[in-house]
Amino acid sequence: MKEKLVLIGNGMAGMRTIEELLAIAPDKYDITVFGAEPHGNYNRIMLSPVLAGEKTIAEIMINDLDWYAKNNVRLHAGKEVVEIHRTRREVRTADGTVEHYDRLLLATGSNPFILPVPGNQLPGVIGFRDIKDVETMLAAAQPGRHAVVIGGGLLGLEAANGLMKHGMQCTVVHLGDVLMERQLDPVAAGLLRASLEERGMRFLLGAQTAAILGEDKVRGVRFKDGLEVPADLVVMAVGIRPNTDLAKQAGIHTERGIVVNDTMQTYDPRVYAVGECVQHRGICYGLVAPLWEQAKVCANHLAQFGIGRYQGSVTSTKLKVTGIDLFSAGNFNGSADCEEIVLRDPARGVYKKLVVRDNRIQGAVMYGDTVDGAWYFQLLREGTDISDFRETVLFGHAHMADAGREGSSVMSMSDDAEICGCNGVCKGTIVKAITEKKLFTLDDVRAHTKASASCGSCTGLVEQILAATVGTIGKTPAEKPMCKCTEHSHDVVRTAIRERHLTSLRAVFDTLDWKTPDGCHSCRPALNYYLIATWPGEAQDDQRSRFINERVHANIQKDGTYSVVPRMWGGLTTPDELRAIADVADKYQIPTVKVTGGQRIDLLGVKKDDLPRVWADLNAAGMVSGHAYGKSLRTVKTCVGSDWCRFGTQDSTGLGVKLEKMTWGSWTPHKFKMAVSGCPRNCAEATIKDFGVICVDSGYELHVGGNGGIKIRGTDLLCKLATEEEVKEFCGAFMQLYREEARYLERTAPWIERVGLSYVKSKIVEDEEGRKALYARFLASQQFAQIDPWAERASGGVDAHEFEPLAAIN
Amino acid sequence: MTDWHDIGALSDIPQLGSRIVKSAQGDIAVFRAADDAVFALSDSCPHRGGPLSQGIVHGHRVTCPLHNWVLELESGAAIAPDVGCARKYPVRVDGGRVLLQLVSVTDSSSV
Repeated sequence: MKEKLVLIGNGMAGMRTIEELLAIAPDKYDITVFGAEPHGNYNRIMLSPVLAGEKTIAEIMINDLDWYAKNNVRLHAGKEVVEIHRTRREVRTADGTVEHYDRLLLATGSNPFILPVPGNQLPGVIGFRDIKDVETMLAAAQPGRHAVVIGGGLLGLEAANGLMKHGMQCTVVHLGDVLMERQLDPVAAGLLRASLEERGMRFLLGAQTAAILGEDKVRGVRFKDGLEVPADLVVMAVGIRPNTDLAKQAGIHTERGIVVNDTMQTYDPRVYAVGECVQHRGICYGLVAPLWEQAKVCANHLAQFGIGRYQGSVTSTKLKVTGIDLFSAGNFNGSADCEEIVLRDPARGVYKKLVVRDNRIQGAVMYGDTVDGAWYFQLLREGTDISDFRETVLFGHAHMADAGREGSSVMSMSDDAEICGCNGVCKGTIVKAITEKKLFTLDDVRAHTKASASCGSCTGLVEQILAATVGTIGKTPAEKPMCKCTEHSHDVVRTAIRERHLTSLRAVFDTLDWKTPDGCHSCRPALNYYLIATWPGEAQDDQRSRFINERVHANIQKDGTYSVVPRMWGGLTTPDELRAIADVADKYQIPTVKVTGGQRIDLLGVKKDDLPRVWADLNAAGMVSGHAYGKSLRTVKTCVGSDWCRFGTQDSTGLGVKLEKMTWGSWTPHKFKMAVSGCPRNCAEATIKDFGVICVDSGYELHVGGNGGIKIRGTDLLCKLATEEEVKEFCGAFMQLYREEARYLERTAPWIERVGLSYVKSKIVEDEEGRKALYARFLASQQFAQIDPWAERASGGVDAHEFEPLAAIN
Repeated sequence: MTDWHDIGALSDIPQLGSRIVKSAQGDIAVFRAADDAVFALSDSCPHRGGPLSQGIVHGHRVTCPLHNWVLELESGAAIAPDVGCARKYPVRVDGGRVLLQLVSVTDSSSV
């Protein structure tokens, strides 16, 4: 017998919880829904466009009546629950329907607050909350008639805007001096007011309503100062109150809202509550993004997955009032210890303000140009130090010369603009999938459209499309779970591995409550790297958790053959090595021989069974694995330097060889490339490498964080040194910092952009003791890493099963 | 009824790993999950023919090494929203030996 779940409140938060629940535990409950309104579930946020005539009721339905039937959810639309009997576990409606429950979910939402003034019950006085209110307004709206909207918040302005579209004269009455003071600072509010006045909206600010006038219907409003304004319709939009009546009557603890814990349970653990009726850690939320998060946590708990906790939301608001884009987040009014960075361009109608404390964004307000809202919000939530780009931060994301991110004007692109170049996915296709299939996460979008599912370089764009289309901003990377096997982020897992001394995958799965028995192709390679990087020599390198290239030490090709790249230290080779390579190519009939960008020779099209013999022949000529296949040190590219070049200032080839001898075999979060150029002409292209050295007459310039891949990024100058010994120490320390702190599959370029160049300098350049310790840890881990994997397999018999068929049958 | 071929010991296949059996019908990938369940599929991903035997095995699934399609080992079917199916072969373990039948069967659900 299935347990019975009853939902009271057929609104957005409650039904979102049901949808989340059906997605993860479709057969767990027998579900009944009571809704006071006689409709399916609709998107309340879209009532304003309905009022303005831009959308129809049908267009804003989320779940129509068919949906309930299809999902076996019993809906009692238009039946109001009037009593909860907790000891009998029953709910009763006004018409006497009684329903038993095992679990009860309250999502009773909120009610518009109606001012306690004389005349507030007159016909023609309404709130702005549901479809019925909209129908009343539309019926009353006739050209030339007067409407008074009490409340200059978002809802009030949207109501006034909608009514004006129907030709009504609108006056907005506001108690304070600042419109939308919960979203805007006085400057932005002033700009908004001026713009709305231009369109004919009238304002009475600082006006206190004394009475609604009229006998059998409303005819005007009188204020404390005696002023009277005529009105055929009065809309009260002065705020909402959580609807707690039913909970209170049932003896469930309520304060301003129904009090819930981090799993969305009320003081009666059988009774859950989500949405606007809820008070969590002292806060009642009225925005949609927190409700989504609550719904997810609640559904997880109802499904007895018990993993998610709701820990409150930092909210941001992105909205459009009568075509004007507004954005705000955090503490946008600032305080005594904050500074403000402001950009104001009246001619373009743009105003942007960031509130900053200790170089960290505390709040943001934007008027007219909000494309960078999501970016500022991310910087705010992650507490990013902005000192490295403070002087340009207000010009926006697109202005930053960075590699890992994209300019934010994605929504101005046309529908046929190609977003994902690998899989040929256009913007229109992504938007269509998001709206039609109701996708909410990046993973969903990847699964359904393939956009950003290959090289990932368009991930930022896809996330922006998702944010703009869904209207919410997803979790920041720092909080994102590693994959579907866990709720924990990369950083959390890594810290646990270090602090709790976890040395095996099994220990990680058990200690951190992995949801799958043995992970997946996404988390296992990351965990394996974290384990061996944190506990070198102690954690076992798990071959089954490595991608095929790292397991067989060659690069898989599209036809299932492999490519083999022998190491050539610093790009140097000899006639003997070249002869051996030529012999190998002949003997094993290797179809293609190519020179790579990293100054190596690539043998392409080697059959897997031949790999051990190819390696044995190359080993015999003194060559070892080039690690061209790994998340590891790849190549050190060099120019010929002072030995031959008439411009060379130092022995760049020799230094490159020394660096490669020191660092080869090291596993890193992503591939790691180096170069040494013998003079500032930079023939080895050191300024697009993860670690580059440019020799000058007086010593060596170190450059870090470059790459020439998906998005080119030039390096940042780290420091200048005098000797080769110092270069080696700084190089090892930098690699070790990257190995210890970057997330798996994060190259040095996005890593440095995330943590900031000044942070890297503070660890490598300014902290001598710390640098020496990093260098020592790097060298210590190299003892376990510098074993030629080819020799182990060619003559040592390691992993022989990888290369031989199990059997042959006819 | 086609013969069951003895293709080797269970211990010859690493846990969460795979070995290839060469046959007239092409390469067959034989997988062993962490719980010692054994599965056999044609060594060719329905997407672009990637060698499934080289993929990472997790639970009763394998991820193709070429483009990360995930397939159910039991049926050979791709995980939604990807659509496709690798050919499945009957395989069982008897007394520590792995036995494989060459006749190919295809799930009715995956046609």
